[in-house]
Amino acid sequence: MELSGAEIVVQCLKDAGVEYVFGYPGGAVLHIYDAIFKQEDVRHILVRHEQGAAHAADGYARATGKPGVVLVTSGPGATNAVTGIATAYMDSIPMVVLTGQVPTPFIGSDAFQEVDTVGITRPCVKHNFLVKDVHDLAETMAKAFYIATSGRPGPVVVDIPKDVTDPNIKIPYSYPKRIKMRSYNPVTKGHPGQIKRAVDVILNAERPVVYAGGGVILDDASKYLIELAKLTNMPVTHTLMGLGAFPASDRQFIGMLGMHGTYEANMSMHEADVLVAVGARFDDRVTGKIEQFCPDATIIHIDIDPSSISKNVRVDIPIVGPVRAVLRDMVKVVEGHKKKPKKDALKAWWARIDGWRAVNCLKYDRNSALIKPQYAVETLHKVTKGDAYVCSDVGQHQMFAAQFYGFDKPRRWINSGGLGTMGFGLPAAMGVKIAHPKAEVALVTGEASIQMCIQELATCKQHDLPVKIMLLNNGYMGMVRQWQEFFYDSRYSHSYVDALPDFVHLAESFGHVGMKIEKPGDLEGAMKEAFGMKDRLVFMDVIVDPAENVYPMIEAGKGHHEMYLPPDSELV
Amino acid sequence: MRHIISILMENEAGALSRVAGLFSARGYNIETLTVAPTEDPSLSRLTLVTRGSDDIIEQIKKQLNKLIDVVKLLDLSEGPHVEREMMLIKVKAEKTGREEAKRMADIFRANIIDVTDVSYVIELTGSSRKLDAFISAIDEANIVEVVRSGPTGIARGAKGLTL
Ligand SMILES: Cc1cc2nc3c(=O)[nH]c(=O)nc-3n(C[C@H](O)[C@H](O)[C@H](O)COP(=O)(O)OP(=O)(O)OC[C@H]3O[C@@H](n4cnc5c(N)ncnc54)[C@H](O)[C@@H]3O)c2cc1C
Ligand SMILES: Cc1ncc(C[n+]2csc(CCOP(=O)(O)OP(=O)(O)O)c2C)c(N)n1
Ligand SMILES: [Mg+2]
Repeated sequence: MELSGAEIVVQCLKDAGVEYVFGYPGGAVLHIYDAIFKQEDVRHILVRHEQGAAHAADGYARATGKPGVVLVTSGPGATNAVTGIATAYMDSIPMVVLTGQVPTPFIGSDAFQEVDTVGITRPCVKHNFLVKDVHDLAETMAKAFYIATSGRPGPVVVDIPKDVTDPNIKIPYSYPKRIKMRSYNPVTKGHPGQIKRAVDVILNAERPVVYAGGGVILDDASKYLIELAKLTNMPVTHTLMGLGAFPASDRQFIGMLGMHGTYEANMSMHEADVLVAVGARFDDRVTGKIEQFCPDATIIHIDIDPSSISKNVRVDIPIVGPVRAVLRDMVKVVEGHKKKPKKDALKAWWARIDGWRAVNCLKYDRNSALIKPQYAVETLHKVTKGDAYVCSDVGQHQMFAAQFYGFDKPRRWINSGGLGTMGFGLPAAMGVKIAHPKAEVALVTGEASIQMCIQELATCKQHDLPVKIMLLNNGYMGMVRQWQEFFYDSRYSHSYVDALPDFVHLAESFGHVGMKIEKPGDLEGAMKEAFGMKDRLVFMDVIVDPAENVYPMIEAGKGHHEMYLPPDSELV
Repeated sequence: MRHIISILMENEAGALSRVAGLFSARGYNIETLTVAPTEDPSLSRLTLVTRGSDDIIEQIKKQLNKLIDVVKLLDLSEGPHVEREMMLIKVKAEKTGREEAKRMADIFRANIIDVTDVSYVIELTGSSRKLDAFISAIDEANIVEVVRSGPTGIARGAKGLTL
């Protein structure tokens, strides 16, 4: 088969099993767009801003586990995509980003729409390539998919100069069947000796806690996480990125941990004698003050990336390997072990945990005349029967969604944790809806965040993506306002979102349905109506209490036992 | 602690900037860096000297290993090894200074590789400490220019850092 560079790009996508590309055209990628025009297997989703393309591909990847694919032009196309690439990088999301580049003879001459894309993206990609010769194109594309999806996943950029895609130069094509790289060999199994040591420690534990993160979701390892927890009766807490890996409705789930984690999760961490960290990276929003982090615990850490281990917190038993394989092996070792978990000690441990639970740290005023954001999220859970894909932006609404939706399945909670990118939500929700057209896809957002990628409402119209938007409109950059209230004596410097658009009309002007909901009593009915409109995007502008804060809260740099609780909580 | 780390990496455009970028992005020290292709032209060998606590050195090595272009890495400081650095130093060599410069070069077993009526270029190879000692042994006023390669090294014994 003889193909041009542009045709090779498209054929490689097909051969890599890609169904959707999220992109935006421009000079440097016109040959590729022409090749896309001439076929129907790879579908192109035209966004309205390259940041949206990257977030949409990212959302698609988070919801499916398949790599998201982005296609943008050189210069501003590439720079616009950078925020989305960095967002995916921080959360280890598999993505392949194809960027156009000026023709090779022009590289380095400050040519029209030239930027050093490889240089700009280097610190926020797993790897990147500049393809200088069409003969390298297929192999490089295949490597990009292999690197993006194996080991610790991440975005890979392939920068393609325009002359490399010249439609008039045809060369023989074949897609590499297997990629082997002498410099890159991700581990596929955990060390059996370390696994055995870890199990010994777990079975001797009196106050164990499982702290499981995004790695469990990325590796589709929920099944084994649940098995291990059930066999050992250990409590499970999740990071923001792990939510859904272990069912929130299970008695053994003690909620999210960290800055806005539950009292029971954080207290358990503080008192634990054994910590089983699984696919989590000891982020500072989780650990708080390192010196006070899990002071009494023997720490076991399962992670595929050796550089995650002992990076922030010294680990006692490291296990380098993929979560799924390691947990599966651990389950086998536990089952075959002559020792059983310490029943009495665990009973006492659970009694303490239940005591912390009774503090009811997620309590909020249920009789408020204003809509409480927590109530809005609970209502969303009720109306969607807890079975929606819930995307979010960044801020208080994100924390309320994380705390109150109660995720029972993995890949249902789609948010930007590591970079915390406002504007992520709407485009990500588009990607999720494309991946799962029959499923309910909800976006929980804030009036500040949604305005950062609001243009994507047009993409939703063009491509028929009826996501349901629940805007928790508090008129503030609530998360910023909360910090200013707590730490800056309520000097609300530039955190008031003045001059808001009329979101109902705005949604309507894009061809969608808009709704404004102001009373608690109207919420459930309105939401049912919105979700009843199966083929329409409905934008619910939910006016919530502007003064509500996210509790519990651990101030940055404090220990797990030093939490702010809701003002009228049951703890003295 | 000072560590000298040897890296075999793919001889690709941009590979070096990945290493350099890693050090600046993560705030690690990098004292010296030398790089050249090996006998296999598809591989480069890079030697760098860095300083940090044990935890930081461990992270540096893990982060370097994580770079896709890095094929193999060896911390030479962890075992017996030899280190050499090369220096070219231009000194004033006029009248009385001429004798003195020649004598110092002889004492340090250095070579004079360029001679003009006013200057010598002296070549000296050895440990970085020996190079330091040579510089301090010479009257500062007579030094015109100093170029150092940065140390490079190799492990002792039969084993090598190869594929
Ligand atoms: C406003 C705001 C508030 C926040 N508050 C909190 C909070 O209260 N609590 C909280 O937890 N977070 C919070 N976060 C998120 C936080 O910033 C981090 O993103 C999050 O804690 C990281 O989660 P994680 O440790 O699960 O790591 P992830 O970023 O999900 O990393 C996954 C880890 O798993 C490893 N891994 C990947 N694939 C595999 C595999 N196949 N096998 C083995 N290991 C693998 C990776 O190497 C990595 O170490 C907040 C974020 C924002 C924006
Ligand atoms: C792109 C970007 N800029 C700034 C921030 C800092 N920031 C974090 S939360 C927040 C406020 C978000 O306000 P809103 O979307 O209304 O959500 P709320 O907290 O009110 O629920 C800001 C400005 C960010 N996370 N991302
Ligand atoms: Mg707001």
